[in-house]
Amino acid sequence: MKDVKVLGPGCKRCETTEAMVRNAAERLGIEAKVQKVTDYAEIARYGVASTPGIVIDGKLVHAGGLPREDKLEEWLTA
Amino acid sequence: MSASGFADSTAPGSGRRSSPLLWYLGTVAAFALWVGVYMGLEPAAEAITHLLPVARESRLGEALAFFLYDTPKVLMLLALVVFVMGVVQSFFSPEKTRAFLSGRREGAGNLMAAGLGILTPFCSCSAIPLFIGFVQAGIPLGVTFSFLIAAPMVNEVALGLLFGLVGWQVALLYLAFGLGVAIVSGWVIGRLHIESWLQDWVRELNATGGCCRVPEDEITGVERLREGLASMREIVGRVWLWILVGIAVGAGIHGYVPAELMARIMGAEAWWSVPAAIGLGIPMYSNAAGIIPVVEALLDKGAALGTTLAFMMAVLALSLPEIVILRKVLKGKLIAVFVAIVGTGIFSVGFLFNFLFG
Repeated sequence: MKDVKVLGPGCKRCETTEAMVRNAAERLGIEAKVQKVTDYAEIARYGVASTPGIVIDGKLVHAGGLPREDKLEEWLTA
Repeated sequence: MSASGFADSTAPGSGRRSSPLLWYLGTVAAFALWVGVYMGLEPAAEAITHLLPVARESRLGEALAFFLYDTPKVLMLLALVVFVMGVVQSFFSPEKTRAFLSGRREGAGNLMAAGLGILTPFCSCSAIPLFIGFVQAGIPLGVTFSFLIAAPMVNEVALGLLFGLVGWQVALLYLAFGLGVAIVSGWVIGRLHIESWLQDWVRELNATGGCCRVPEDEITGVERLREGLASMREIVGRVWLWILVGIAVGAGIHGYVPAELMARIMGAEAWWSVPAAIGLGIPMYSNAAGIIPVVEALLDKGAALGTTLAFMMAVLALSLPEIVILRKVLKGKLIAVFVAIVGTGIFSVGFLFNFLFG
């Protein structure tokens, strides 16, 4: 069970990123708990200065802009 | 739209990669095609206007010719500039900028922050995380503000469109004065030592520091080109409608507003034109893409350069939505100081310019 957090205050890109994570997990058949983090204080705790960010199992893997599909699959399967 | 577009371009799962050479040749070919089409725009717009059942010399004819020429021109310029800047920005990230700025003193720090504000990719919805990230990294408040003022005001869209529509001289002036306002305003805010006017939760975070480092990927030249393409798709997709509205307003001004009236309202002789332009600009929510076609038409009709630059800066640097967003991290007093200082800077630029060259 992967624990995925999408960091973002709720802009278009952040929503798209969340959908991309869900789709990728489904495609790969990976069980994932995807959570959106919109609280600025919590986002700040990960040291991210550009959203959307992605945290998988407590580890920050991406910040700023949409993730690339192939990278996303790499992170989810890692 | 962005998600599916991305999926197409990266062909997920297939592991197939097109050769770098193909990418570079393709980029060169696309640029050559761009130049060819761009050169043909004006004659094409004239030809189409002449085909319309409207007298070319009439007001409507003027407005239509302006619209038909400017729309594809602006969209093409925007696509090119955003692509190039997308590639350039792949060398800068907010996290790198933050690391670079942390530990800088005020003064030189303000200067670098304003410059990096132009180069660092950053969308308005990231303003808060970015602000907090900067403050957390111990970057002085004034230096952070220099970045936050320069980023929306002197961005690639604004510069590219000014360059293409109004000429390189005005683009250069805008760059210089925009940076000047960002540097000086940030410096003044830093001198005031009003860190206590940040919202309390932001100051509490200040001490904790972030837990994680953003992983740095090696990126190849082809990936940079891809980033350019992605930001082109995204930004052009987002602002094209603004551009159409802006050009329509510009076309209306171009065709229907008499030049004498414009000179009286926005000319250099009207001393109150600068504050009026700023007052008008702040509540206007537009981005560079929507405002520059209007700026072009205003200048065309004899509006003074200082007044017009001040108008544009006010629209871009002091928008109400951004102020509402900033309210989450800044107390009202600090917002007021921010608006007052930046507003004064913009006023000085506009007024001085009209005074010297009016």
